[in-house]
Amino acid sequence: MAIFSVYVVNKAGGLIYQLDSYAPRAEAEKTFSYPLDLLLKLHDERVLVAFGQRDGIRVGHAVLAINGKDVNGKYTADGKEGSSGIEMLETDTFKLHCFQTLTGIKFVVLADPRQAGIDSLLRKIYEIYSDFALKNPFYSLEMPIRCELFDQNLKLALEVAEKAGTFGPGS
Amino acid sequence: MTVHNLYLFDRNGVCLHYSEWHRKKQAGIPKEEEFKLMYGMLFSIRSFVSKMSPLDMKDGFLAFQTSRYKLHYYETPTGIKVVMNTDLGVGPIRDVLHHIYSALYVELVVKNPLCPLGQTVQSELFRSRLDSYIRSLPFFSARAG
Repeated sequence: MAIFSVYVVNKAGGLIYQLDSYAPRAEAEKTFSYPLDLLLKLHDERVLVAFGQRDGIRVGHAVLAINGKDVNGKYTADGKEGSSGIEMLETDTFKLHCFQTLTGIKFVVLADPRQAGIDSLLRKIYEIYSDFALKNPFYSLEMPIRCELFDQNLKLALEVAEKAGTFGPGS
Repeated sequence: MTVHNLYLFDRNGVCLHYSEWHRKKQAGIPKEEEFKLMYGMLFSIRSFVSKMSPLDMKDGFLAFQTSRYKLHYYETPTGIKVVMNTDLGVGPIRDVLHHIYSALYVELVVKNPLCPLGQTVQSELFRSRLDSYIRSLPFFSARAG
């Protein structure tokens, strides 16, 4: 999973929602020359190992690069006019993206540094928040979010973001 | 693309050096307080990053960006911190910051027997070499961009 966690922070700085979707991703860099001992298959827009095991590469591992050329997506930069808070914080193991709404709610996503499309994911999470938390008559503002539809749709959105890397217009 | 300013801190929070090239807005507080604020923020961010990281870290915090500027960070094992603020068009410059440490600070300050360590660098040679190095960088333009 290239998106590690999602945090939603209210105006006062209190945490109102937290989701961890982290599974340790073992990355093994092995160089193979033709012919490969592994059977590769295209699955969900990623090339996965379907059969065969060699040197720590097993079924389920995905191809990251071919001849040194990166096969995973590239990431975009965010550009907004006017001064803002920290929008992106980069470390060697993760990238933290933050989107602050006009109402003071902060959406924080921790993801793999190579994961693309997090900016549109943040907007999508805001959309899901307004649809399934704010429109829920039993939810009070600034309080912890305990809405099942919010959880479900958020997890769906994370899956879409990891696979496609970006959202299409009007999704 | 441009470089706004550069800070150099030691492990105790003493600001060893500060230079600015293109800074449109001042902080509104005295320089001493600004250095303490910068060091405190970096200390907190480093602690935050080590706690939040889902995997074991090697280099730790590298950079952050806002809608107006990007702050790049490099720390040596001895606790010397190089902090550079640039505009958003600049990519990873870890090697540049490392060069500032190894080829400028170590060569001109640490190896200079007349430069006392642990306080602000007075060496004019260091200042001028650093200035010409920054001006020679590919992402530094003389016009504030």
